[in-house]
Amino acid sequence: MHSSTSWLARPFRERATQLFLGILLASLATVTLLNLALPAGHPLHVSTYTVTLLGKYLSYALLAVAVDLVWGYLGILSLGHGAFFALGGYAMGMYLMRQIGDRGTYGDPVLPDFMVFLDWDSLPWYWLGFDMAWFAFLMVLLAPGLLALVFGFLAFRSRVTGVYLSIITQALTFALMLAFFRNEMGFGGNNGLTDFKELLGFDLRSDATRLGLFLATGIALALGYVLCRAIVASKLGRVSVATRDAEARTRFLGYRVERFQLFIFVVSAMLAGVAGALYVPQVGIINPSEFSPIFSIEIVLWVALGGRATLYGAVIGAILVNYAKTVFTGVMPDAWLFALGGLFVLVTVLLPKGIAGLLAYRVNPQRSARKPDDPSTSPREVSA
Amino acid sequence: MSFLQSLTDRERVFDFLIPASSPVDVRHGPILYLEDVTVSFDGFKAINDLNLTIDDGELRCIIGPNGAGKTTMMDIITGKTRPDRGSVWFGSRHNLLAMNEPDIASLGIGRKFQKPTVFEALTVFENLELAMAADKRILPTLTARMTGETRDRIEEVLVTIGLTELRQRPAGILSHGQKQWLEIGMLLMQRPRLLLVDEPVAGMTEQEMERTAELLTGLAGKGKQSVVVVEHDMGFVRSIARTVTVLHQGSVLAEGSMDQVSNDPKVVEVYLGADPDEEAA
Repeated sequence: MHSSTSWLARPFRERATQLFLGILLASLATVTLLNLALPAGHPLHVSTYTVTLLGKYLSYALLAVAVDLVWGYLGILSLGHGAFFALGGYAMGMYLMRQIGDRGTYGDPVLPDFMVFLDWDSLPWYWLGFDMAWFAFLMVLLAPGLLALVFGFLAFRSRVTGVYLSIITQALTFALMLAFFRNEMGFGGNNGLTDFKELLGFDLRSDATRLGLFLATGIALALGYVLCRAIVASKLGRVSVATRDAEARTRFLGYRVERFQLFIFVVSAMLAGVAGALYVPQVGIINPSEFSPIFSIEIVLWVALGGRATLYGAVIGAILVNYAKTVFTGVMPDAWLFALGGLFVLVTVLLPKGIAGLLAYRVNPQRSARKPDDPSTSPREVSA
Repeated sequence: MSFLQSLTDRERVFDFLIPASSPVDVRHGPILYLEDVTVSFDGFKAINDLNLTIDDGELRCIIGPNGAGKTTMMDIITGKTRPDRGSVWFGSRHNLLAMNEPDIASLGIGRKFQKPTVFEALTVFENLELAMAADKRILPTLTARMTGETRDRIEEVLVTIGLTELRQRPAGILSHGQKQWLEIGMLLMQRPRLLLVDEPVAGMTEQEMERTAELLTGLAGKGKQSVVVVEHDMGFVRSIARTVTVLHQGSVLAEGSMDQVSNDPKVVEVYLGADPDEEAA
C-alpha cells in the first residue's frame, strides 16, 4: 500500500518548486548574512529595519498565495481575505497582550491597558487561554478556519459563486471591521492591540528576534507554498480547476463540488491567518484597518499583477507591489493610489497573465502560448 | 451493516439492507423503466404519461420534433428534474426518483450533454482521470495516486475514442468533434451501465459522424452498456438504430424499427405538420 502522505512530497520533485524554494531560501540566507556579518556602516549592510520590512513583505506574500489558491485554482474571487488575515493577527495580538503582564502603563497583572482604561474588572471569556502560546497559536488557525467554514458552508451550499460571492465576502470583512471598531467588543476598538513586549520570551525590540521573525515568516511562506503546490498538483487540484471552469459538469461527474470548495476555502483562510499572525509581531500593531475592504481588494491586485493561478506569481506580485508602495509613499504619499491604479491598468492591458506570464514566455515562448493552468482561456473568467 | 444483517434471517436480504451503490439488478430484462411519468412547467405538460422501457445492452434512438420532451426526459432520468408523478426505475432495484444527481451518476447512469463541456484547461488525459469511477470524497481525492491499473484504463478509453495522440494536450485545443468524443470517453471512464447521449453529431462533419456511429454501436451490447441516443439527424439515426422511439408532445407516438416508424402515418403527420426543416433533416 502507498502511504497517504505522498501527495505532500510531490511538490519537492517538481523543478519549478525546487527553483522557487531554492531562490527563497538563498534570499533568506543572503539577507541574514548581510545583516549579521557586515558592520552597520558597510554599503551592503542590511539594517534590521529593512529585515523587518522584508519580513512584512513575506507575510503579505503568504497571504497572496492563500488568495491565489482560491481565486486562481478554484475560481472564487474572495474580496474578504483580509478578514482571515486580521483574525489570525488578532489571535497573535491577544497572546502578545497577555505577555505584557504588569509592564503595561497601568500595571495591571492581567488586564490589558485598554480594558483598565474602560474600567473593566475582569477579562472577557474569549480572552481566556490566550496567555498560553499553544492555545493562541491554535486559535491563529482555528479562528479564521471556523469563520471560513461557517461562511463557506452557507455560501457554497446555496451555490453562491461568482460576483455575488465576491460581494458578500466584501460585506463580511466590512461588517467585521465595524464590529472590531467598537470598544465594547473587547479588542481595543480603533486603537487595536499594540505596545507588545515579547513573544515566547524573546524581546520583540531586539535585533535577533526581528531577524528570527523574518526567517520564521520566510519558512512559513516556503511551507505554505509547498502545501498549496501539493494541493494543486493532486487530483483534488484538478477537480478544483475543473470546478473553476465548469462547475455543473464537475458536479455531474459525481464530485460534491461544494465540499471541495469549502475544503480549499478553509485551508486558504487558515494560511491567511498564519500570515496575519506573523505580520503582527513585526509591525507591532493590529487594528481594525486590516479588515478594511480596500485592503482585501489590494491583495487581489497583487495576485493579478503577479499572475493568477501560478502561486509563485502571487509571491512576486505581493513583494513588488508592496516594495513599490514603500518607495512611493515615502516619496509622494498622495500619488500611491494613482500609481497602483495605473499599474493595474497597464498590467491588465499589456500583461494579461501578469508578471508570471511574462517570465513563462521568456523561458519557453511556444509552450506558454497556451498554458494548461491558464484561467484566461476559460469561459469562467468573465463571471469570476 | 453486517451487524444488522446478522440480526436478520440469513437467507433473506431485505431491500433496505442493500446499499444504494449496489449493482443494478437487470435479471428481469429492462435496465431503465419509466411508467406514467408526467411533468409540467407552468401548466405546460413537457412530459405527459410517458412510458418507456430500455433493455439491458440495447441501443435505442429517440427522435421527435422540438419540444417533444426529449431533453426533459433525460433530466428526469438523471435527477435534474423531478416529475409531478410517475415512477422511474433503474433495473428492478433502484428507484431513481428517491436519489440525487451525484448518486444517480455514481450508480452508473452517464449523460452526454448537447453542448460538449470538457475541462478546457486540463489535458485530455486529466479529463478522463477526473471522470473515472473512484472514491470522490475529499481526502481520497487529495491523496489519490496514479496506479498502473488506472493508467491502463485511461489508455484503453483513449484508444476507443481515438484521442491517444492528443492525450497530453489541453482539451481546449480539440475540435468540436473531438470534444464530443472526449465527452463520451469521460462517460466511459465512469463504467456506466446506461449512457444517455444528447445530440452527439450536431455540428459534426461527415467523417466525424461516421466515426461517432462506429463508436456508439461498438459501445452497446449485453454485459456492456445500454445506450440511449437523442438525435435530430435522420441519416445518422438510420445508420445506427435498431429500435427507434418517436416522442411527441411528451409521450411515445411510435416505437419500432426505423422502417416501421418512418412509414407510420402518425409519425409522418407529426413531422410533415411540424417544421418542414425537421422532415428534411
